[in-house]
Amino acid sequence: MFSVSQNCWFIRKVVTWRAVASIAWSVLLLPVTTTLFVFLVRLSLFHPVQWIAECFALLTAPSTIFPLFLLSGVVLVIGFFNLKYYTVVPSIPCSRVALLAKLLHPRQCVHSLVHCAVGMVVMWCASVIAGVRYRTLSSPCTGSESGSVPETCLNEYHLFFLLAGAFMGYSHSFLGVVQNMNYVSFQIILQYKYMRFKGSLASVVKCGALQSLHSVRNYVALYYFFGHLPRAWILNMLNLQMDSALCSLDSLAGLLDPSLLYHLWISGTFLLLTWYITVLLFRIYVTEPYRFPVQSTFAEDTDQCLPKVLTEKDVLVMKFLALQDLALLARYSPSCRQEVFSLSQPGGHPHNWNAISKECLALLGELTQRLVAHHDTVASNGRAKRPSVSSDARSVSSGNSVMSGAEDLLQTPHPSSIIKTPGSVFKSSMMGLSSPMTVPFTPDLESPFSSPAVRRLAGHQVPPSPWYGSVQSPHVMRRGPKLWSTSTDSQANGSPPPTPAPTPSTLRPEQKSSFLAQWLQNRKEQVKSFLTKRVMIAYLFNKLPEASSQALFADSQAHIWALEGLSHLVAASFSEDKYGVVQTTLPSILSCMLTLQEAVDRHFKLPHASSKPVKTTCSMGDATYKTLRFALRAALKTAIYRITSTFGEHLNAVCISVEHQKRLQQFMEYRE
Amino acid sequence: MCSLALFPPPLPSGQITLYETNNEFVSGKSPNYYEKQITQHWDPPSLCFHRETLKPHSRPESSSKAAFLDHKDTLWMRSAGAWRDAGLSGLLDEITNSAGKVPKWLTMSSGCILALLRWMSSFHGSLFPHLTLSGEEMVAEFSEVLDWLDSAVRSFAWHPHTDKFAVALLDDSIKIYNSRSATAPTLKHRLQRSVSAMQWKPLCASVLAVACHTCMLIWHVDPNSLSTRPSSGCAQVLSHPGHSPVTSIAWSPSGSLLVSASPVDTAMMVWDVAAEICVPLQRVGGGGVTNLSWSPDGSRLWAATPSALFRVWETKMWTCERWPCLRGRCQAGCWSPDGSRLLFSVQGETVIYALTFSHMTGGPKSAAVVADLSETTFTGLDSDLRVGGEVQSLAWDPTGERLAVLLKGNAEISSHPAIIAVFKTRSSPIFELLPCGFVRGEVGAEPRLIQFHSHFQHGALLTVCWSNGRISHVPFYFVSMGRPHSGGSPPLPHFTSKTEDYSTLTLYTEQVS
Repeated sequence: MFSVSQNCWFIRKVVTWRAVASIAWSVLLLPVTTTLFVFLVRLSLFHPVQWIAECFALLTAPSTIFPLFLLSGVVLVIGFFNLKYYTVVPSIPCSRVALLAKLLHPRQCVHSLVHCAVGMVVMWCASVIAGVRYRTLSSPCTGSESGSVPETCLNEYHLFFLLAGAFMGYSHSFLGVVQNMNYVSFQIILQYKYMRFKGSLASVVKCGALQSLHSVRNYVALYYFFGHLPRAWILNMLNLQMDSALCSLDSLAGLLDPSLLYHLWISGTFLLLTWYITVLLFRIYVTEPYRFPVQSTFAEDTDQCLPKVLTEKDVLVMKFLALQDLALLARYSPSCRQEVFSLSQPGGHPHNWNAISKECLALLGELTQRLVAHHDTVASNGRAKRPSVSSDARSVSSGNSVMSGAEDLLQTPHPSSIIKTPGSVFKSSMMGLSSPMTVPFTPDLESPFSSPAVRRLAGHQVPPSPWYGSVQSPHVMRRGPKLWSTSTDSQANGSPPPTPAPTPSTLRPEQKSSFLAQWLQNRKEQVKSFLTKRVMIAYLFNKLPEASSQALFADSQAHIWALEGLSHLVAASFSEDKYGVVQTTLPSILSCMLTLQEAVDRHFKLPHASSKPVKTTCSMGDATYKTLRFALRAALKTAIYRITSTFGEHLNAVCISVEHQKRLQQFMEYRE
Repeated sequence: MCSLALFPPPLPSGQITLYETNNEFVSGKSPNYYEKQITQHWDPPSLCFHRETLKPHSRPESSSKAAFLDHKDTLWMRSAGAWRDAGLSGLLDEITNSAGKVPKWLTMSSGCILALLRWMSSFHGSLFPHLTLSGEEMVAEFSEVLDWLDSAVRSFAWHPHTDKFAVALLDDSIKIYNSRSATAPTLKHRLQRSVSAMQWKPLCASVLAVACHTCMLIWHVDPNSLSTRPSSGCAQVLSHPGHSPVTSIAWSPSGSLLVSASPVDTAMMVWDVAAEICVPLQRVGGGGVTNLSWSPDGSRLWAATPSALFRVWETKMWTCERWPCLRGRCQAGCWSPDGSRLLFSVQGETVIYALTFSHMTGGPKSAAVVADLSETTFTGLDSDLRVGGEVQSLAWDPTGERLAVLLKGNAEISSHPAIIAVFKTRSSPIFELLPCGFVRGEVGAEPRLIQFHSHFQHGALLTVCWSNGRISHVPFYFVSMGRPHSGGSPPLPHFTSKTEDYSTLTLYTEQVS
């Protein structure tokens, strides 16, 4: 994904610089956190004067400089990983096995390994700062009776700290996957960067302290049981000896040392805090709104203008920022709205408005389709569509459906499955901002937005006419070619996802292959029923409740902005649109919104769809995506009401289908 | 500058203000005037909730609670219960009180810590005296409702778009009256206690936000439903630790955000209600936030604090201006319909201030006094009537032509009652308040709460909740300057008994059409 997007001007000119700025700030904040750490870790309540003097001496000592440099290096590495791993659309695993696959993905393994190493480095620095007891790996033995030959013993405290660093690094990386820490969400309100940082600093500190406490607890338990293994290995490798005078740390007496636990906790908090601050600053910088010009006088800048940028499909962060900018300008900036409503010179075409409205409608239409497809699958009780039932087109290729399902597990999307369909209104949006969740296993971390199912959707379900302008309700669409889509319940039965073949283009219905498909389907059912009886497998493959619903709306922030932007623009056009450019698209906008409303309403009738997620306690992971569907539902209603309350009775003159007219009437009477 | 002395004298006691037409208040003896009026328009029901019929919620006092607890419980059980119910101080209290069962040093130390905590909180309380109040007293102190504790109607909210309103009563229930249906749903919820504010979500038909004692409730009242008791499943609970009681809430006019304020929390919360995400906005100073008001154009938010300070937030980037008041805290405030002007009043002063914001010059530098509300005595036939004093609440009608001011009066002196003064407002060439009149209710009833209907067709409609539990609606018939008038003349009320109204009426309508 990044290799594609690396060349994008936006990544080069904006995102990278924002990341650099955020890293620079985190490095600059490092002395502050280090000072705090020094004061806390050297805390001695009974000798306050000595304590302060010692801390100042330590802070000004040249030996502290080197750890600081190391820590800066660590922050650079963490910042780099933030930049490489962040996403604006979370990937939501629908079952435990998918989560496992996500954890074992090579990309994630690299992440974990690097974090382990970096954690050790931080803990080394912390141990150097924390005090004499932790400073070196080896120390002269204290218990040796023969004073003649000073033997070197292992300083287990140092080893304990280093391993704690590795553990915390790994648990940070692990929790990052579980809590979607790499997901960058956009704030509900805009604030200046400093204010945002100041506002969230307290919660970040609290989070770090709590998380560190949990980590310490887990680590101590782990060390109690398995601590002797790494220790023996180190002893062997470095040819050191155990100090017989001190009790070893994998015993209760050794571990229940308050000062050791306190130092470990403070060091862990320091470690997590520096990382969290880096993450926080990165999030704040990346989600800062960016002003895209609506139109440019220079030809070379046109690809940086809003209408062009909105159609972007690879660089999602740019698309999101563009949509955010659209929502903001539609709301706050009359001059920009004028530009949107303006006509081209020469020619007199409302190119800006056409491009913007087309893109927004395409986004919303794509969501509608996704919801309808999902609803169809669930309505058919989770069974994957019989190929013969669904469409002739797939019957040929469905023979290898099981294999392709297995391939899906191995996270190999088929590039060949991209079918360019000229004339498809949805093509661009579906390729670009497609649902990462349409595949239940969201397997592909490299490009989570190129799932085969979506591509199939894009290629396959070309509506008979362009979306807008035509009257289409979900009911109508369902009569079209039935699709395979998120068979969300199929994993509940414990089968590998029955992804049909990714090449549905060949239109050759053959009787023979249909039989083969039937046979395969039966075999699959058998395997499925066999597997569901195994508890472990059922546990792994059971669908997590409401995950599919969350996954369907994972990128809904884009839709919310599109709705806000469109509705504000339409509402403003009532008084500001001199040439009436909006009027021409008003019917399609209304019918698109109403169709989406219908689909959303139907979706919320499904089980688990309207259940609220459990409130997460303090964690650095952003749980915004869990409630995006509710936000979308509210934003959609508000958008429709905004249009109806502005236009009022005039909407009766708008030419839309009778069904939608009725629905609109409900909105006009405030009965929805 | 306008002062109360310029007002026409208030009606003699026994006369009730019915409506305004032709720049004059028309009075009558009976409050049941409204039913005889215009038929094509919905008549908002004039309701009456008698104080006696409403049973206030009996709250389990913490002192009486111990009587019901099983004292045979082990200390640990009781400590755990105390921790759950009252937090750290409860736990310490429990330990201190159970001397003999715990080691002496534990009793001693917990007693010391408790004393220290109390000392610290009393110190904090001396900085911000309002923190020593109990939850209900605090709501009563900062509410825009006069004498909230004793009021039968605790809160009132017109829907911004339709003819629908919600009334919160003393017994912690909310009733919703709708022009289209005869059913009046009653909302009750376990957490819905001491309702201090309500507001309907703009650009939505069904969502009502309710500020309660411990949390906020977001009710989804389906307008098509025939149910009279929507289940508590229709309510969404929003709470944030340390953010209760909530005394004021404000929806953004675009319907996307909700802001809530609590006098004990220095941060005000900006909620994305659907997603249940909140962003605290914290600034130093003030010691809490008591009142909120979002300007109708959505660009600014007024936030009062318990100290002599209020803030005006700009809602795009959420920066704020500090406005220190000299005398006391800001009691009431309201925005002009275009969001360019803020009127507010300060406790301890008997004037109304105005702040004018414009896009060009940024913010104003100082507030101007626009009305003087100092005490004035009107000599009546039988007795003198003193009018004036501090302001309890302000309400500006959506057309920007009438300003209703609820004056506190003095509860001890019977000749100085609370009263509603209505001003006409004019914004060009200069902003001015002109006297209009006083609104009087039945004998012995004093106004508690005022609110304007949000889209009354023929002028403005002021809803007043009285101390005797009556909710009455006082229409002001006029032709608005700003609003394009499409429907010809405003349908004026027909009173067969009042022939003199007819003569002036025709003249007036001819002038208009």
